[in-house]
Amino acid sequence: MLDFLHRMASPPHFYRLAGRLLPWLSAITALLFLSGLWGALFTSPPDYQQGESVRIIYVHVPAAWMSLFAYVVMAVAGAIGLVWRIRLADAVAAASAPVGAGFTFLALVTGSLWGKPMWGTWWVWDARLTSELLLLFLYLGYIGLRAAIEDRRNAARASAILALVGVVNIPIIHFSVEWWNTLHQGATVFRSGGPAIDPSMLLPLLLMALAFNFYYFVVLLLRVRTELLLEERRTNWVREVLS
Amino acid sequence: MTRRQRTLLFVTFLVTGIGAATILALRAFDENLLYFISPSEVAEGKAPAGRAFRLGGMVEKGSVEHAEHRLRTRFVITDFAHRVTVQYDGILPDLFREGQGIIARGRLDRNGVFVAEEVLAKHDENYMPPEVAGSLKQAERDGGAKP
Amino acid sequence: MREFLQMGGYGLYVWTSYGLAALVLILNLVLPWQRHRRVVRELRGRLQREGSL
Repeated sequence: MLDFLHRMASPPHFYRLAGRLLPWLSAITALLFLSGLWGALFTSPPDYQQGESVRIIYVHVPAAWMSLFAYVVMAVAGAIGLVWRIRLADAVAAASAPVGAGFTFLALVTGSLWGKPMWGTWWVWDARLTSELLLLFLYLGYIGLRAAIEDRRNAARASAILALVGVVNIPIIHFSVEWWNTLHQGATVFRSGGPAIDPSMLLPLLLMALAFNFYYFVVLLLRVRTELLLEERRTNWVREVLS
Repeated sequence: MTRRQRTLLFVTFLVTGIGAATILALRAFDENLLYFISPSEVAEGKAPAGRAFRLGGMVEKGSVEHAEHRLRTRFVITDFAHRVTVQYDGILPDLFREGQGIIARGRLDRNGVFVAEEVLAKHDENYMPPEVAGSLKQAERDGGAKP
Repeated sequence: MREFLQMGGYGLYVWTSYGLAALVLILNLVLPWQRHRRVVRELRGRLQREGSL
């Protein structure tokens, strides 16, 4: 089993596998975005209270979910790289950060654009919004730290520790709306008692979330491939791949 | 212990340690993390005297009064146990309506009226098309009419 | 069509959200892709100079 994992994680094998997967994943991503957007903009109804502004949910919520997901991938891959010294894990951790930062930025900005007409304010310092902003700073700190340390192995080690320190923020973001009184409303989809959203809105939301998820893996594989080429440029397999 | 086991131990301690420290810190600052307090807490005297704070609750049905020629609104915020009268000069958010959860920032005056400087609407986690909301309301009314 | 763009008066908020999302997602895809092609080109060039191809 471990042997199998090691072979999977070997850079040449992963590089080729990712190269074969990418066209398929990209096609699925495009289809998911098309169907998701169709549902989000055309077939889904306006909300009984929020009217048409509810359509922001179809980018805000997937971006927010994926901002957490990308961070967990980054921290777990960083820990694996730290403990088992697997080069692929380091590359995955490094590749996850910029995409995750993008998702976090989108979650914050679209939330603000939604909050202004609905809540009456662009921003409040409640627990949910503040902890999501902290997530953006963690991503930026991670990217900055990696860029600042020249030696690749030291950079991987230091940034993995930073990512692990910040992982405590993930459950805080998710449960902030339950633990404290916040302006942000409680969880709609992942809550006990089932989703509190009409199926006609839940379907496009899930399609968009899936689209964001596939998109994430497309970018991740793309970045990991570049990273592997650069790191292993002196090895035979890179010569073979490039010739 | 091999190097690998040492690192694994380090990672475990790092994550649990930071987690425990954060839980303790959050418990200590719990009060400050509450974005708003409820009318019941005001009734218990938990509202800071002479200082601005945020009050959250439902806009009581039938309590909203708009003053003539002015942007002044008076309404009652309730948590179904206690009520606080709120006075606000300004434009209300789109979601403001009777029965809606809102958060107002301001201070209590001598008569116990909450003079708000800012009113924010809180929306709940339910999303549905207007027709569904309409039929839900209808069902509620029918159900309530039964003896 | 106009009605669709207006989004019940929330057009500005809705379309800015979707526009920004498209911008960020496209940049996050195109930039790594261009970087990959550049890296492949550079490494290939180096290998050719070294005469190993």
